[in-house]
Amino acid sequence: MKNIHLLGLKDYPEDDIQTIIDTGFRFKEVLDRPIKKVPSLQGKTIVNLFFENSTRTRISFELAQKRLSADTVNFSASTSSLKKGETFKDTVQNIEAMKIDAVVMRHPTPGSPLQLTKYIDAIVINAGDGTHEHPTQAILDMMSLHEKFGYLKGLKVGIVGDISHSRVALSNIYGLQTMGAEVTLCGPSTLIPSFAEDLGVNVNYDINEVIEWADALNVLRIQRERMDGGLLPSIREYRNLFGISEQRLSEHKKEIVIMHPGPMNRGVEIDSVVADSDQAIILDQVLNGVASRMAILYLLLGGKSDKESD
Amino acid sequence: MNISKLKKNIVLKNGTILDPYNNTEKKGDIHIENGKIKSVGKISAPKTSETIDCKNLIITHGFFDIHVHFREPGREDKEDLNSGSLAALAGGFTRVCTMPNTDPPIDSPESIRYIVDRSEECPIHIHPIGSITKSQEGKEITEMGAMIAEGALAFSDDGLPINDSGVMYNALEYSYMFDVPIINHAEDDCLKRDGLMHEGKVSTHLGLPASPDITESNMVFRDLELSILTGARLHVPHVSSAKSISHIKSMKKKNDKITVEVTPHHLFFSDEDLYTFDTNLKVAPPIRTKKDRKAIIDAIKNGIIDCIATDHAPHTIEEKEGTFDMAPFGMIGLESCFGAASKVLINDNAMDQMSLVKLLTANPRKILGLDQNLFKEGTEAEIAIYDPKLEWKFSLENIYSKSKNSPFLGREMKGKIKSTIVKGHITSID
Amino acid sequence: MSKDSRKKILDPKAINRSVIRLAHEILERNNGVDELVLIGILSRGEPLAKRLQKLIKKISGSSVPIGTLDITFHRDDFRDRFVVPQVKGTNINEDINHKTLILVDDVLYTGRTIRAAMDELHSFGRPNKIQLAVLVDRGHREVPIRADFVGANIPTHEGEHVKVELEEIDDKDLVSLIKYRAKE
Repeated sequence: MKNIHLLGLKDYPEDDIQTIIDTGFRFKEVLDRPIKKVPSLQGKTIVNLFFENSTRTRISFELAQKRLSADTVNFSASTSSLKKGETFKDTVQNIEAMKIDAVVMRHPTPGSPLQLTKYIDAIVINAGDGTHEHPTQAILDMMSLHEKFGYLKGLKVGIVGDISHSRVALSNIYGLQTMGAEVTLCGPSTLIPSFAEDLGVNVNYDINEVIEWADALNVLRIQRERMDGGLLPSIREYRNLFGISEQRLSEHKKEIVIMHPGPMNRGVEIDSVVADSDQAIILDQVLNGVASRMAILYLLLGGKSDKESD
Repeated sequence: MNISKLKKNIVLKNGTILDPYNNTEKKGDIHIENGKIKSVGKISAPKTSETIDCKNLIITHGFFDIHVHFREPGREDKEDLNSGSLAALAGGFTRVCTMPNTDPPIDSPESIRYIVDRSEECPIHIHPIGSITKSQEGKEITEMGAMIAEGALAFSDDGLPINDSGVMYNALEYSYMFDVPIINHAEDDCLKRDGLMHEGKVSTHLGLPASPDITESNMVFRDLELSILTGARLHVPHVSSAKSISHIKSMKKKNDKITVEVTPHHLFFSDEDLYTFDTNLKVAPPIRTKKDRKAIIDAIKNGIIDCIATDHAPHTIEEKEGTFDMAPFGMIGLESCFGAASKVLINDNAMDQMSLVKLLTANPRKILGLDQNLFKEGTEAEIAIYDPKLEWKFSLENIYSKSKNSPFLGREMKGKIKSTIVKGHITSID
Repeated sequence: MSKDSRKKILDPKAINRSVIRLAHEILERNNGVDELVLIGILSRGEPLAKRLQKLIKKISGSSVPIGTLDITFHRDDFRDRFVVPQVKGTNINEDINHKTLILVDDVLYTGRTIRAAMDELHSFGRPNKIQLAVLVDRGHREVPIRADFVGANIPTHEGEHVKVELEEIDDKDLVSLIKYRAKE
């Protein structure tokens, strides 16, 4: 593995992404056993440092860590009264003093995992840094697509929703493109970055055209805060224009795979019926999340050197 | 750095003397007697004179930075007038103007008086700039007349823009009778929102909230038009965008009351340097694209830019160590200014020494109505001596400010200040 | 580069004879095929297990279920070495509880691979018995493990290596002894 840390998928090598996905499938088998445990990370201590609330990502990481026999510690910092800057450095260095091997961090500010690598020696895994990247989500998304289709190169993936504020989107854009997939962004023009084309993706504001074109859609959660910022007039308008509703899908007679990183706003960006249908691989994403996080932890923490065995 | 009192007679021997006021360059000596210029060029000084060998060095006027933040009163932990003076001396500066966004702000004749009195104890000349509006709230203009009487040279709410065009109109109209510049930090708050850097390709990759170039250029345009309308002096600080340059270029033709400054960091860096999320590159206005940088360099070469000013903005290590959103805007700049500007303009862009020197000496003095003829006999000796060819790396030991927030650390510089003479003292650096 | 010396130990005919004998021995020891499950240890234990499965069917007329084991995640040297898992992966679809497992591998050496294999099998259930069938036993055990069924005993020294090549993976059947020459 070329990188010590996993901070993002920008410029992340294709080989390494493939290795993670392949290893992820190996770990998926482990999750099928009666005893879902391997001793690979025995004796390793991993801290889950979450400055933002996130039950599902944290649980996913925790399960992955425990299945690998690692010891896990959870730290949930509240970012309320204290100046975030102060809490960050102090917290981080206090934890390092306790001799840990890796930190899985979620923080609201872009670039904070990179900063973390400057303050501590442990391995850093970015579980989401604000509106920047969420590499483990993109990896589990790609693993799920690979599982469903058998390939990623040439696959057509549409990402729908608030792209500008989505770390899931950005990491998926980098990862999918590295693996040779084609990406189209769809959403309100206030929520798609003006320099999107520089990322090498297509942009289309017509959800119906995107559905026709795509093999799979990754549907992002729309946050109500966007209305407060004046970027979106109403939830109703969003649903009319971009909602993946049962009716909309039925108008297109095609097989299209539906993905969602969760949590879902059922009835807003996606209908319950769609989310629960056979086309949706949302629960597979969740399981692949644990398996791929096991793969990531194993590949980054397992063993001292990068020497292959005989 | 070593500061010592000038001996009664001192000769700067065998240097290249650049006079940016008379626009002359010649090899020769300078004789300073009792801290004042005695003769320049071919001199006859007493044998007891102390001699400073200036072979292969350039001798010129001491630099003048019209835009620094010395944080006194209120944040003396970051910098005070004394430490700021040391930083200035290290950069070849003999004179600075301090911005009023202190705590409390310099918005009254009493506070101007405070700075003037305090500066008597400092090794360089310090001129206070007063704020345009009371408490820098952007509403009511200050007692400019009384403040000028106490020593204010210009007015600015720097750090904060005057968002209300009506207030800016008033400020310019009022300042007209005093013929001093109004300096407005041009960044439209409504367009800026929570922007932390320039809005472009790079900010998209970094996921950081950002503001486009028109955040600055729209307001610059407004200020330029108001200057023309009122006939008042406008000095545009820290220009960062090609668009602003374009507006300035066309309006300067119609109006000689408009002056413009740029910072060394807008000459040296582009937004692509922010991939490392270095908080020392978080500045306002932000560092923009390579295209904007090129436009600024071209504007300097074409004489559209009047001077270089550092916007020296000290912040503590703790403040800059926080996450990108929490770190305050700004970087120190006095110590790195010459090396950086010389590298970019002279080394990389074929500018000549005299042009760069003018941007740091005669031009800013002209803008604020100070004496420019510093080599005239009897004038207090304000001199910078530098090695134009020396290539060096900027490091912590080159910093004399209390704060260390500089993105120039580790960067290659060309041209280094050797000595600075002012107020009867000579400072030799390293 | 030093030149290694290679010595042929088992040719294709010899290998075939050994595997046939192993199949007979397994049936004899276990009185038939009841409750037997073959588990091939990746990578070369797998084709060997398949050959045994075929032979057992030929001899006894019954089919023995088969599975594969990738021991990567259970290696005891995981602290020292970075190992990417095999492409094929562990695949055990049988319920192994109360069964007699026949672990199959090409070479038995230190015994650590078998220890890891047993550790991994533990995650799947509790078999009645675990027996070990290997094509070659080259000695030098580092843990207390022994094989029940051995194709050939090949004593080795330090600096020697037993190389097993199988048609299914290496396009030929050959067992060789390789002596690594010290560099000049």
